Amino acid sequence: MSSKKVFVSGDEAVAMGARLARPHVVAAYPITPQTIVVERLSEMVEDGSLEAEFMHVESEHSAMSAAIGASSVGARTFTATSSQGLLYMAEGLHYASGGRFPVVMMNANRSVALPWSIFGDLRDSLSQLDSGWIQVYVEDAQEALDMTLQAFRIAEDQKVLTPFMVNLDGFVLTHTYEEIIVPEQEKVDAFLPAFKTPSKMSMDAPMNMGFSSSPADNMEFKFQQHMAMMDAMPVIEATDQAFGQAFGRYYKGMVDAYLCDDAEVVLVTVGSITGTARVVVNSMRAEGKKVGLLKLRYMRPFPVEQLQDNVRGKAAVGVLDKDISFGMEGTIYTNINSAMARGGLSIPTYNFIAGMGGRNISRDDIRYMFDALMEVADGGASRKQVEFVNMGVTIDE
Amino acid sequence: MSKTATKRVNAKNITDKEFFYGHKACAGCGGSLAVRLALKVLGERTYSVLPAGCMSAVGFIYPQMAFNSNAVISMFPGAASMASGVSVGSKALGIENTHTVVFAGDGGTADIGLQALSGAIDRNDKLIYICYDNEAYMNTGIQKSGLTPLGTKTTTTPAGTKVGGSRTHKKNLFEIVAAHDIEYAATASIGYPVDFMNKVKKASEVEGTSYIHVFASCPTGWGTPTETSVEIAKEAVDCGLWYLAEYQNHKFTLNKRPKELKPAADYLGKQGRFKHLGQEDIDEIVRHRDARWQRMTREWE
Repeated sequence: MSSKKVFVSGDEAVAMGARLARPHVVAAYPITPQTIVVERLSEMVEDGSLEAEFMHVESEHSAMSAAIGASSVGARTFTATSSQGLLYMAEGLHYASGGRFPVVMMNANRSVALPWSIFGDLRDSLSQLDSGWIQVYVEDAQEALDMTLQAFRIAEDQKVLTPFMVNLDGFVLTHTYEEIIVPEQEKVDAFLPAFKTPSKMSMDAPMNMGFSSSPADNMEFKFQQHMAMMDAMPVIEATDQAFGQAFGRYYKGMVDAYLCDDAEVVLVTVGSITGTARVVVNSMRAEGKKVGLLKLRYMRPFPVEQLQDNVRGKAAVGVLDKDISFGMEGTIYTNINSAMARGGLSIPTYNFIAGMGGRNISRDDIRYMFDALMEVADGGASRKQVEFVNMGVTIDE
Repeated sequence: MSKTATKRVNAKNITDKEFFYGHKACAGCGGSLAVRLALKVLGERTYSVLPAGCMSAVGFIYPQMAFNSNAVISMFPGAASMASGVSVGSKALGIENTHTVVFAGDGGTADIGLQALSGAIDRNDKLIYICYDNEAYMNTGIQKSGLTPLGTKTTTTPAGTKVGGSRTHKKNLFEIVAAHDIEYAATASIGYPVDFMNKVKKASEVEGTSYIHVFASCPTGWGTPTETSVEIAKEAVDCGLWYLAEYQNHKFTLNKRPKELKPAADYLGKQGRFKHLGQEDIDEIVRHRDARWQRMTREWE
C-alpha cells in the first residue's frame, strides 16, 4: 500500500495514525469530541484492518487502568479521551507515568465543567501538566496523525519509557475535515518497530511491579522519572528528524518559530490557533511590522532553552492561553515566564486569555494582541499583564 | 459439590511450591492464607493484580517483593480493569496458558472497585476475581466497608450509645455478581480450605470472568486470637452468618446445608468487634440470618 491522500477529520486522522502504529490493545470510553476516534478504531477492528483487542471499558478510569495493565505485560496500548474523562482518569495518569508504562493517548482538548461545555479550551490537559506525561499539542489533522506515530516511538524509547498525550483542539481540530497524507504501512513499520521492553511481567522472568516505596527510596524513583522526561527532549528532536527523513514532514522538534529571528515582538501560541496567527503575521509583515510567532509544541517536557533562544532580545512577548489558573494567570504564561527568568531574560510579557469554552479567536483578536505588543515595543503606556480578550461584556477591573 | 470431571485438589496433591511468602502480614492473617492457597492452585504462570489493601501493602515493599510469580498493584478502584488489561494484553501478545487473578479486599471490591468489577464481568475478560472479605477496611485501620456486618465495631462505627457499631448489613455481593449471569461465582471460607481451593480450580477453568468471595478472618480487626483464624472462619459458616455456595449454569447451589445452624451468639461472642452487642442486636442479626437461609434453602439447589 502506498501513501495516499484522504479527506478526514482530526479524530479520524488520529484513528488512522493509531492503526498504522499497530497497537495490541485499545481501551477507550466515549466522550465528545473524542468519540469518532473510538468509533473508527472499532470499525477498523471489525473490518480486520486493525488487529488489536478493543476493550469496551465502563469508564475512563478503567480505560487508563486497562491500558496500564496491558502495557505491564509488554503490549503496545492506545487510548483516547477528553475533558471530564481526562480528569476522571487523573489518578491513572500518575500511575502510568510513575510505573513508566508508555501508553499513548489522544486527548481532545475540551472545557471542564462547571458550567458544562463540550467545546474547546486547554483547561483539561494543562491541569494535568504535573502528572508526568509528555504533552504535545498539534496544529492540524496531518500533524495529529504524524504525532500519533511519533508518540509511540518516543514513549517506548528505553531512555524515556514515559506515557505520551497527543492533544487536539476539540471540534476545531477533531471535527474539521482536511486533506491529509496517510503514510505507507511498510514505511511506518520501519520507523516504528515493535515495542520491546525488559520492564514487564513475563512468564520467563516473573516480576513484581507497581510496588510501594518508603521515604528511603521514593525520591530516587521520582528523580528517575524527571530525568526520563528531560532525556525525552533529544529523543523528541531525533524522532522528529527521523520522521522528516522518512515521510518528508519535519515539525521542528519542540518549538516551531515563524519569523522570530528579526522580530521585535513574539506571540507564543499552542495548538490549532497557530494557523490563524500565522495568517495575521503574514499580513502584518506585509505592512512592515516586525512580528514573530512561536508555536510551542510541547508543554512537557518544556523547551526552556528553545524558548529563551527565540525571545532573547525582543521588546515584548505575548502568550495566548486558552485557559486560566484562577487567581493567577494562564498556565502557559506561567511556564514561559519561568523559562525566561531562568535565562535571566528581563522582557515584558503579556498574557492574553482567549478562546475559552469554545469561543472563537478571530484574526482581529490576534491582530489586537500583536498591536498591543508593538505598542509596548514602541514605548507605549504600560498595560495589564493578564487580559481576557474578546469578552462579551465590558470588563471593569 | 463439584460437577466437573477434573481431579479435586487436596492436601496430598497440592504443590509444595510457595508463591507468596516473606510478606509482612499480621500473625493469623486470613487474607494472606487465601492468597497463598489460591496461588498454589493456579501455579507459576499467573499474573496477580492487587489493589490498595492489606495484601498489596504487605507484599510489595520495595525492594522486598513477596510474590514469586508475576504481580502488580493496581489503582484502588481499578483492580478488575487492570486485570482485564493484563489478561487481554497477554492474549494479544499470544502468551498462552496463563491465569490472571485479582486479590482484592472487601472495600476494594464491594465499594470502590465495584464498577470496574461489573465492567470486567460484562466484557467477560478471562480473569479470576478473588475478594478476600475481612469485613472492614483493615489496612487503613479497621473502618466500615460495604461488607461490614450489622453491629460491628469499627473505627468509623464506634460502639457507643449513639452509633452502636455498623448500622447496616453486608451488601449481598455474591448475588450482585451472579446477577450479571457470570459463568462461575462462588463463596468460600478459609475455614474450609479444600473447598476454597477447589473453587479456585473451577474458576481457573472458566474461559471468561469468574468470581470467588472468600471469607477471611482478621485477628487484628476482629479482636480474636491469632491462632484461631481458621477456626473462627469455619465457625462463621457453621453458624450461618456466612455460607458456601456457587453460581453456575445460571443457577445457585448451596454447597453446605447444616441440619441445624450453630448459635450465632457463640461466634459473635468470641470477637472483640461484637463484644458490645446486646440481646436485641443479636436477635436482629439472627433474624436477618434466618431470613436469608430460608430464602437460600427454598430457592437454591
